[in-house]
Amino acid sequence: MWAYPEALLAGAAGTLRIFVICLVVGLILGLLVGLGRYSKLRLAYIPASIFVEFFRNTPVLVQILWFYFAMPMLMPFEISPLMAASLGISLNSAAFSGEIFRAGIQSLESGQWEGARALGMSQTQAMRRVILPQAIKRMLPALTNRAIEIFKMSTLASAVAYVELLQQGKLIASIHYNPIEAYTCIALLFFIFLYPLVQSTYFLERKLRQSD
Amino acid sequence: MSTQRPKDLLRVSGLRKHFGNQEILKGIDLTVNPGDRIAILGASGSGKSTLLRCLNFMETPTQGQIQLSGQVIGSERTLRDGSIQTTYSERELIRVRQRIGMVFQQFNLFPHMTALGNVMEGLRTVKGMSQDAAQTKALEQLARVGLLDKASDYPARLSGGQKQRVAIARALAMEPELLLFDEPTSALDPELVVEVLRVIRKLAEEGRTMLLVTHEIGFAYHFANRVLFIADGVIHESGTPDEVLKNPRQTRTQAFLARHNEFKF
Repeated sequence: MWAYPEALLAGAAGTLRIFVICLVVGLILGLLVGLGRYSKLRLAYIPASIFVEFFRNTPVLVQILWFYFAMPMLMPFEISPLMAASLGISLNSAAFSGEIFRAGIQSLESGQWEGARALGMSQTQAMRRVILPQAIKRMLPALTNRAIEIFKMSTLASAVAYVELLQQGKLIASIHYNPIEAYTCIALLFFIFLYPLVQSTYFLERKLRQSD
Repeated sequence: MSTQRPKDLLRVSGLRKHFGNQEILKGIDLTVNPGDRIAILGASGSGKSTLLRCLNFMETPTQGQIQLSGQVIGSERTLRDGSIQTTYSERELIRVRQRIGMVFQQFNLFPHMTALGNVMEGLRTVKGMSQDAAQTKALEQLARVGLLDKASDYPARLSGGQKQRVAIARALAMEPELLLFDEPTSALDPELVVEVLRVIRKLAEEGRTMLLVTHEIGFAYHFANRVLFIADGVIHESGTPDEVLKNPRQTRTQAFLARHNEFKF
């Protein structure tokens, strides 16, 4: 297994790349979707709702395969495995985190809105300065779960032969006929990545709780 | 334009508010002059809080007109049946709210900011003041309510009375022309009520224009130059504190005051 350090390194780099892309895109898009779902404007609410329902209720693997194999037949451009996988995972994640954002914003008592509005804040100022900072604090455990989920979903990119950890593990396993060793190692590598990540969010939660 | 500035600060006429089929306010007329200290009394559900909340548009009035310094708020349109419909733009309401401050029963402090941060927030975000100027001004306000030593504490560390005093400082910092108090002591333990009332009395002595919805009848008597008794969504009786609280003419006012004095000793 360890005879190919550069293969594993390439796999780890691929996993990290897709994780970072999907986390950033998923959360930013998720915030927009969440705000849309919270909005009273039909023009924002309806598209956001369609988006959420569509991507929540279809499997990510199918979406990745669709973006990779079906979309190029409909549109005149090539799509790389990274793009297909990132699209599938990001959009799915945006749908789920959008719901987390909406619920987080709704969980704040109306008094916070009133306190902000009574000072003469606009809706946007109140959201940015008063509502979101508190909502994000409450959402942190749920968003952590989302990040973990994204990290693990990155393995689905192997379905379109994107070079990430699982893909490299599969390759090594098929060359050396050592699936026990190969897949155990891959699982352990994921654990080694994720465990400190989760611990650091606990630390962040404690830090944010200082004002309580 | 050289229109003469009217004497009254706020003029409310024919104010009505419905929640669904329920009519909470049934036509309120009220004039507030600069320096007025008006106490608003009434049983719970009488509409006194709703009246106050309509004045800074925490609730949108269903009907009626509100003038601030002689200027009608909102744009009025006469419908075919002769009735007048008023629409309010968010931008205008934001300007109105900067001139009319509010203190809430539940304080509504921002828990993720320190006491100082709470007082600075409106100065920074709404008035666009610099960090330094906002901080100086916020500290002055905290000193006014006697909480300079709590500036860096988060609301969760403060007592109810202290929270309400921070909320008062936060409203004062914006230099409103009119201050609305919505039952500012109703959520407080009895022993914490006095420290908040003292701050409000001090503001009254400075000549601030204030409207106060309260159950503290004794305080209302000393604080106000005018008392309104609200029942069933209308001003049932109004006058000086002596007129309304010592010699009420209406039987409902008498009954209300009698209930409040039932266990006096």
